Amino acid sequence: MKKRKERIDRGIKARSGDVFTLCSWREMLYLAAPRLLPVIVFLLLPPLLSVYWQKVMISLAVFALLAISWDLLAQSGMISLGQALFFGMGAYLSGIADHYFGLAPLVAIPLASILGGAICTLMLLPVLRLRGIYFSMVTLVIPLMLVRIIEATRIFGGTEGLTGMAPLPSKWVELYLVIIVLLCLLFGFRRMMASDYGLVLKGICDNDRSVTNAGINIYWFKAQALFMAGTVGAFSGACMTHVYLFAGMPVFALDYSILPIAAAVVGGPGSFAGATLGAAILVPLSELLRGIGGLRIVFYGIFLVVFIVALPEGIFHYIQRKYHQFERWVEVEK
Amino acid sequence: MLIGTIIYAVINSFILILLAIGFNLAFGISGVANFAYGALYVLSAYVSWILLTLLKMPYFLSVTISILLTTLLGGLIYRLVLLRVRGQALSEVIATFGIGLSILELFSYFGMVGFEYTLPVFIDRSFIIAGTYVDAQRLLIAGIGLVLVLGLWLFTHHTSIGLAFRGIAQDERTALTFGIDSDRIATLSISLGAGLAAIAATLIIPLGSIAPAEGYDVLIKALAVCIIGGLGSSGGVIVAGFVIGFAERFTDTYIGSHWTMIISLVAILLVLVIKPSGLFGKQKELEERI
Amino acid sequence: MNRAPLLQVIELSKSFGGVQAVHFVNFDLHEGELLGVIGPNGSGKTTLVNLITRFVKPSKGEVLYKGRPIQHLAPYEIVRLGIARTFQMVRPFYHLPAYKNMIIPLYSPRVKKLVGGKYGDRNAVALDLLEEVGFERDAFVAYKPAGALPQGYLKRLELAKAIALQPDLMILDELFSGLSLAEVAGMLPIIEKLRLQGKTIIMIEHRLKELFRIADRVLVMNYGEKIADGAPRDVMEQDSVKSAYLGSE
Repeated sequence: MKKRKERIDRGIKARSGDVFTLCSWREMLYLAAPRLLPVIVFLLLPPLLSVYWQKVMISLAVFALLAISWDLLAQSGMISLGQALFFGMGAYLSGIADHYFGLAPLVAIPLASILGGAICTLMLLPVLRLRGIYFSMVTLVIPLMLVRIIEATRIFGGTEGLTGMAPLPSKWVELYLVIIVLLCLLFGFRRMMASDYGLVLKGICDNDRSVTNAGINIYWFKAQALFMAGTVGAFSGACMTHVYLFAGMPVFALDYSILPIAAAVVGGPGSFAGATLGAAILVPLSELLRGIGGLRIVFYGIFLVVFIVALPEGIFHYIQRKYHQFERWVEVEK
Repeated sequence: MLIGTIIYAVINSFILILLAIGFNLAFGISGVANFAYGALYVLSAYVSWILLTLLKMPYFLSVTISILLTTLLGGLIYRLVLLRVRGQALSEVIATFGIGLSILELFSYFGMVGFEYTLPVFIDRSFIIAGTYVDAQRLLIAGIGLVLVLGLWLFTHHTSIGLAFRGIAQDERTALTFGIDSDRIATLSISLGAGLAAIAATLIIPLGSIAPAEGYDVLIKALAVCIIGGLGSSGGVIVAGFVIGFAERFTDTYIGSHWTMIISLVAILLVLVIKPSGLFGKQKELEERI
Repeated sequence: MNRAPLLQVIELSKSFGGVQAVHFVNFDLHEGELLGVIGPNGSGKTTLVNLITRFVKPSKGEVLYKGRPIQHLAPYEIVRLGIARTFQMVRPFYHLPAYKNMIIPLYSPRVKKLVGGKYGDRNAVALDLLEEVGFERDAFVAYKPAGALPQGYLKRLELAKAIALQPDLMILDELFSGLSLAEVAGMLPIIEKLRLQGKTIIMIEHRLKELFRIADRVLVMNYGEKIADGAPRDVMEQDSVKSAYLGSE
């Protein structure tokens, strides 16, 4: 008697696929729960945490933003190995705005985000015309080079960095600024990618010749995606500057490039919720592992490789699959 | 001073060429990106060091074992990891990058940094060329660099395996129809690339000391040379090596040593804007976006 | 026809390294014509199309569309001028339903420009276009993932994507390849309908019998050169064409 594994949608999934969901609280809850859960957790958890873990929460949100930014680029066909570029650019611009121009944090942060996104896009424009691997290479290389340049020319504070930044109005602003932006982008980007515009971006990733053949300027669209992702990354950097009141060479560190990729790959590449989930797993984990110092990155690296080879769909998709479907063994029909 | 700078620029160029050959072979010719390249470079240096200083084995033996081990490791990386994600550029890049990262940070963690971590020079002598002191090691680098490049050129243009390498890079499907086993060739090319990294490490490390941070530098430099020279072109690697080598050296002497990185960055961006396939990249024209 | 030709190809050439893929090809195309391009494999037909639509940069020569030179424009700009092409190797977005595959052409700026502002619900337009091309509405064929469709439907999808762009000139690269006789017979009326709408069409084909039934003119290529240009019957009588296809005695 041979058996095979069969995968079927759960009953409740089938019943809640249509407008008739509105007839039953259970089905509405089924649909709403996965969406409400992160919102509730992110909004209500922070006041319950100790000060140390609140800082970790901010860090989590920042890395989640970087992971989302990475995922947006990945869905549009650009693999960025240098999220640190956006992060660092935003961090420095925000620090410069504060340090040299005395702008208030709540003005400096949006300014740094948009300006950071614009500058990074302009820097990467020449590479958009080339095969994807060039983009990855250049994004890897630029932050590392920028570090050397800052070290050499000693601009913007050189090796010591910029200090003396004005802090944000209160620690609750610190926390909830990033968290609310994160939640908005989480749902906002998802809607965007599900729309026709997002379909074009995904099409560029899949078969850009076909999209060009439809009379669409793929470089313009890629630049738009790059700008959006860059702005998000710069925003996270700008926020960090005003939380830690410091902007220096470490903002271009490899950490900020690797962790978002690891988060997205572990959590679920191709989905923003997955990226957030990955960050939510890896950031607290890395805090707990803080004791072993540099080995952290070794773990990220190993995680990365294991997940991309063994579980390429990521944890989020796995959970999603389990939530919507169940598996059972059935006899193989004659 | 000018002649001295020129001589050192030539040597610098050969260093860069040596660094880039392995990467160029693996990626440019067989289309397999190996972002663990820098890590393999550093790894082979550490292995040689361990064999040499801790196990007190003779120099040639340690070095040979290290090179062979690194070559094998390259092949293993392909078999165990890359094989499963072949063809998906994203996964290839991330997987090799993750491996390279783990290796480098592992060494960083063990704290094997310092002046005692270095490899001995081949011949401990200096020569005077045109009024400047040049040590034998540097001359050796130039010499072996030249030999390797010529050897590789001959290999890829005149042996069946070498031609198979280029075939896979141009069009994998067609190469398959010719009976060329793309997986075997890819394994070979990555192994060879790793081996070349190890050889480069053996020659270059004696000039300084081993440090995990070197790994990233090596990757950057190899990428820079390959991008500017044009992936897949041995001639391009040479020309780009000289261009960057001279630019770096002259910047170092006449402007300031920290500006050398800026030159490389600017050079990369310029090349990408003006001639994206690199100075000598020919076949890539077919695959690049218009 | 006294009007200026819609498309003029002048001394168009392309060499890849040492291979002369297209060698000084000249021809004119007038509005409303259906031009067939035939020739043995490797004669440069697809390269010619790639040169006209600028997916490949020409080494020499000019292409004039409505009197304007277009060989320097980017491919997407050429599409926006009104030239649409299909690809020989059909590659839809396999995991998407067929009608979702149409969204991207319908997102094109050209479509927005022609219809002015809102094109209406793209999904509805996609379904209509697919129905015109033969996707049976009752059987909900358009909702099936593209990966599940047989080759005949995929070719029609490709054609529909080109039609969606509302082009004046359509270049169809081996539309009939891989189709059964019945499927080809089913597609001929669609092409007829396009002609009645006033579209100019270039068709690269290997299926000569079907092509000759609908083509006004035929261009024969061999080894990158144009060796014949004229009415189908006349062209097939020429010795050069016979030897190209059948080999010399």
